Amino acid sequence: MKPKYFKPIVFLACLLPLARLGWKAYNSALGANPIQVITWSTGTWTLVFLTITLSITPLRKLTRQYWLIRFRRMFGLFAFFYGCLHFTTYIWLDQFFDLHSIIKDVYKRPFITVGFTAFVLLIPLALTSTQRSIRWLGKRWQLLHRLIYATAFFGVIHYIWLVKADLRKPLIYATILATLLLYRIAAWTLGRISTANHVQNQASKLDNSTLAAD
Amino acid sequence: MLLKRSSDIPSSEITPRNLYFNRRRFLAGAGALAGFAAAGGSLRKLLTPSEIALAGTKLDYNKSQLSTSEKQTPFNDITHYNNYYEFSADKYEPAELAKNFNPRPWTIKVEGLANKPKTFDIDAILKMQLEERIYRMRCVEGWSMVIPWIGFPLSSLLNQVEPKPKAKFVEFTSLNDPKRFPGQQRGVLEWPYVEGLRLDEAMHPLTILAVGLYGETLPNQDGAPVRLVVPWKYGFKGIKAIVKIKLVDYQPTSTWTKMAPNEYGFYSNVNPNVDHPRWSQAKERRIGEFTKRPTLMFNGYGDQVASLYTGMDLKKNY
Repeated sequence: MKPKYFKPIVFLACLLPLARLGWKAYNSALGANPIQVITWSTGTWTLVFLTITLSITPLRKLTRQYWLIRFRRMFGLFAFFYGCLHFTTYIWLDQFFDLHSIIKDVYKRPFITVGFTAFVLLIPLALTSTQRSIRWLGKRWQLLHRLIYATAFFGVIHYIWLVKADLRKPLIYATILATLLLYRIAAWTLGRISTANHVQNQASKLDNSTLAAD
Repeated sequence: MLLKRSSDIPSSEITPRNLYFNRRRFLAGAGALAGFAAAGGSLRKLLTPSEIALAGTKLDYNKSQLSTSEKQTPFNDITHYNNYYEFSADKYEPAELAKNFNPRPWTIKVEGLANKPKTFDIDAILKMQLEERIYRMRCVEGWSMVIPWIGFPLSSLLNQVEPKPKAKFVEFTSLNDPKRFPGQQRGVLEWPYVEGLRLDEAMHPLTILAVGLYGETLPNQDGAPVRLVVPWKYGFKGIKAIVKIKLVDYQPTSTWTKMAPNEYGFYSNVNPNVDHPRWSQAKERRIGEFTKRPTLMFNGYGDQVASLYTGMDLKKNY
């Protein structure tokens, strides 16, 4: 299927977690503590979309499905979207705009501090996700968008620190994230080696040609 | 309120013991249950068949002056939002996972520094003078409920075994049986679950052993057949499925204290001024309410229990 038709379908699929939450809320099926369920669900989906976004590059290179890049921005923006919902749930439903206690929380509670940091770091990425920003920022765009690694890292720490005893779920995300980061380190190292070889070859070729010109 | 029942139920209306023992036969008796429900009130109409299997036998009890008149948390929330790590660390799972747990036969050993140590059978315990105690329950996670427990003061059990003067603390132990408790197949916490109280806390009139909820025997996911309820302490002090109560001269180490000593202390009194290291304890969400309410010192039981801690630094003794 061409990405052109595929894209709206994926877009709608990305909205399913929200639709499901809305449906459950409408039917009073969110259990005894609905606000907690909404907080957990939106937080989980933020992490899921962050990992999906980060897996696009390895996936397209390993499978040679280069068209996958066309979905990366959408997934990234959905990570931001669910992050916004998560943040709003905290500000509104959980704290009910109690600014004093929110500031205290962000300042005093490490798990909220890292969660808040993760969210704030996503904002410039969402703002510079347009084609125009990419052109305008040039090489700096890529540098700026490496912030997603920090967001994903802080997001996972945020999850680990809020759990009371059962670390299984947060550790699943930690493992996935570690794998995705290791892939990049490996790719980067290998890339450097092959570039170095390439440069060396080029250089020796150049030497030869210079010599020949003499 | 979901249920309002008189406590003078004739014994003829109580489900026969053999039906009560066996879930399948209990379900087979659904016809009898229908009549039961008509007489008993509206609760059963709200429940699915599997939930009917979970709901227990009616208990005979008196009302208590120590109950709060606050709005009670619905039965469905009390039975579907449970911190019961022996089943699962997910609060929504024990309701389902506890369905086939059979809390019979059951005995509770009361031993240690006592003149007359004794093993109590659950049937003997159910024959104690039962009371309804409607208590606030504040979870260390920041939510709360109002629960109509049925039980009796722990002191009336401890008095039967006559604690020796050397006894200073009480150590409680839960059932350790990974075959019946799927959560115990993983080492999330150190099993069995252990809790402790100072002897004067254990003898306090507010401290009860609960055997029921909303007028009926305790649902499995709420700690059947017997659990501890100490309303001025965080919920995790309320150890479930108790098999042993030991009078000791040392301060017992609770399971959660072993897990994270800087987060969960021996006392674990509800205290809005002493935060959990990772989150505030100043406010709580009452299940069923939208906005948070301030948490009260000793969960609102300060008048009755504050004197137990006179002169103690509660920031240190958290």
